[in-house]
Amino acid sequence: MEGTNGVDGVLLRARGVQLRRGARDVLLGVDLEVGSGEFVALMGLSGGGKTTFLRAVAGLEAFDRGQLAVDGVELQPGMLPRQPVLGALRRKVGMVFQSHYLFEHMSALQNVWLAPVHAYGIDRGEAEGRARQLLDQMGVGARASALPRELSGGEAQRVAIARALAVDPPLLLMDEPTASLDPARRDELGGTLMGLTTDGRTLLVATHDDDFVRDYADRVIVMAEGRVVEQGDPQQVLTNPQHPATRQLLHQTHARGSGRRVS
Amino acid sequence: MLAIRRTEAPGGCRLIGMLLLAALSFAAGADAQPGQGGGVFRWGCDPEGGAPYVEADPADPSKVIGYEVDLAALIANRLGLTPQFVPVQFASIDASVRRGDFAIGLCGMEDSPARRGALSATVPYYAFREVITIRDADRGKYHTLANFSGRRVGTLGGSMAYEMLLKAQTDLGVIPVSYDDDVHPYSDLMLGRIDAVLLDHLIADRAMRREKGIYTIPEAVAIGYYVGVLAKDNAALRDRIDTILQAAMRDGSLEAIFRKWGLWNDDQPKLRSWVLAGHDVTTAAAGLSQPPGRAEASPPSSPGGAAPLTGLPAVVRYLPSLLAAAVITIVLSCLSMALAVAVGVVVASGRVYGGAVTRAVLTGYVELTRGTPVLLQLFVLYYGLAEFVRLPAFVAALVGLGLNYAAYESEIYRSALEAVPKGQLEAARVLGLSERQVFALVRGPQALRLALAPMTNDFVALLKDSSLVSVLTVVELTKQTSIFAANIGSWVIPGALCAAMYLGMSLPLSRVARNLEAKWKAPTA
Repeated sequence: MEGTNGVDGVLLRARGVQLRRGARDVLLGVDLEVGSGEFVALMGLSGGGKTTFLRAVAGLEAFDRGQLAVDGVELQPGMLPRQPVLGALRRKVGMVFQSHYLFEHMSALQNVWLAPVHAYGIDRGEAEGRARQLLDQMGVGARASALPRELSGGEAQRVAIARALAVDPPLLLMDEPTASLDPARRDELGGTLMGLTTDGRTLLVATHDDDFVRDYADRVIVMAEGRVVEQGDPQQVLTNPQHPATRQLLHQTHARGSGRRVS
Repeated sequence: MLAIRRTEAPGGCRLIGMLLLAALSFAAGADAQPGQGGGVFRWGCDPEGGAPYVEADPADPSKVIGYEVDLAALIANRLGLTPQFVPVQFASIDASVRRGDFAIGLCGMEDSPARRGALSATVPYYAFREVITIRDADRGKYHTLANFSGRRVGTLGGSMAYEMLLKAQTDLGVIPVSYDDDVHPYSDLMLGRIDAVLLDHLIADRAMRREKGIYTIPEAVAIGYYVGVLAKDNAALRDRIDTILQAAMRDGSLEAIFRKWGLWNDDQPKLRSWVLAGHDVTTAAAGLSQPPGRAEASPPSSPGGAAPLTGLPAVVRYLPSLLAAAVITIVLSCLSMALAVAVGVVVASGRVYGGAVTRAVLTGYVELTRGTPVLLQLFVLYYGLAEFVRLPAFVAALVGLGLNYAAYESEIYRSALEAVPKGQLEAARVLGLSERQVFALVRGPQALRLALAPMTNDFVALLKDSSLVSVLTVVELTKQTSIFAANIGSWVIPGALCAAMYLGMSLPLSRVARNLEAKWKAPTA
């Protein structure tokens, strides 16, 4: 396997990644690459393995076979990564969960500086300054002292993004970021994420939202039944889907009325 | 006096035995009225008092035997009624007869002004001696209570002997140790936890037969009298029973009963002549106060010789000891809770994070502790383990309560730890925090907030459960209150004071907990 150290421009590489949970095969051999600075959308029907794949990349779930590498850090199949690989992986991968999972007992600001101070030993004052800067950048600077339960869904999401960015990972994983956003907030999010990629950050975003993908993603990868079945330019793939699973996906989301366009 | 006696079967077993006996007696006389009437003469005693008072018949444990049984049969017979035994805890006999559970308490009840004030008491039917029992090795070293200055002397709490020890505490510097039963003072004497036991000679004789290596000083410290007790408004029946008892003294049938049980001695004829001469019973008591053969400086008769205090003077006299006991309750509760929290956190963490063996062991501990009565645990810790490790009473109480509550605390913490969303833990891990940091910074603090309300509840419960440790001779607030109540023959004032003190302790606690919760809800940026 070639490296993912950025020399060839590939930040994340998966080869034949398989994952079995109990009696169910969740991933049956995922092959994909994400280039440095790319904004890639991961689409697929529910249960298609998108979230599980993200969790495997984040080192939260062990995969059984295959190879996974993030920016030069190689994960071994069969077990969760251990030190020192785990520590190296943590510096490479950030994750924003669908439910955000902010620390409920801490203010937005504390949520953001917690890891830099405690996990990376950054001076508290410096970390706090940077945290304020990140919250400002995400448009929630005014909510710095609010507790998570006092934030709206959109605000909580932006705090969660700021928290993930605070440790400056080259790869940011996001799970269903538009699920709870109205169209205006969704466009704000799209703009924010594009801004991140221009800073050189790589995004891998699992989503059902084909309009969002069309508008903002550089590339789309469609997963079905634990495999990658189709990928390419979002306009092409989503306008002229080749695989039945992609067609079914588009049909379902539009039947649900979640899209803006009726094609 | 006879008392709650626990040998092998403390707590739950005792209760079950009591219930069985109660069921049997109710089955035998289901149609009986409370008190007398219906052809049945209901009399109450504590069957765990044991021989020679009342004990289960070894040949037929559904029946009771003892001199009190024979005495009850004699009275019932002469009243033309059938005797029916009602088992009752010794400490509850006065209250139970007052509410009409049975007509008379015949159970080695000591004559005292307080008791006479609150109930109708019969003429005394037996004279007993308060005697000092010591270890054989100390024979010749001690002779009177005055020799025990600075030493620990045990007895049954709330008894005449305990009153004497309290007086000796003030006058002679003796340290009284209160027990809830009349067996453990002697086993603790053997173990060296105390240096002497002051109790009725009937109980001392029984202990001498049971234990080897103890010695009872023959000279009595005082003489007391057993009476039957009836409800205050039952004076008419009391008068009939007095007549019966006097007749039985005259015709020798009472003597026959005491001889049958080996209880007849030189004190009894004197008591008989006083009672038959129609002397007022308290005068009779005073006249017999000096034990035959030896005149020594000892409290003259029942130590409650003065009229019992009531109202404000009683409050003034007892308030300092109640406050001191309340301090014991607070200190014991706080230390036990601290131990419970510390052990609880360890157990909960072990059950959440530990391996299979750790989890199994800790689950076993929690289930064993929650599944057995705390009273049993206290007994095992203090008396059961005494052969291996001799914990001082306060330490045993602290450890017993602490470890018992630790099981409950650990369950609170475990569920609180598990209530923190897994997603937050994963978010923390992805951010690069170590497992230790995830626990200390994310999981623990949130679990603590969730656990706070149930912990406060438990602490308030612990404050009250701390009263159980009186069985280990620790005199805390409830014990002191019952001593107070037994003294003045009423629960009204002591009960109100005691309740006020418990409320004074628990209400601020709830307030502190509410404030903490409010504080933690506020933003902390």
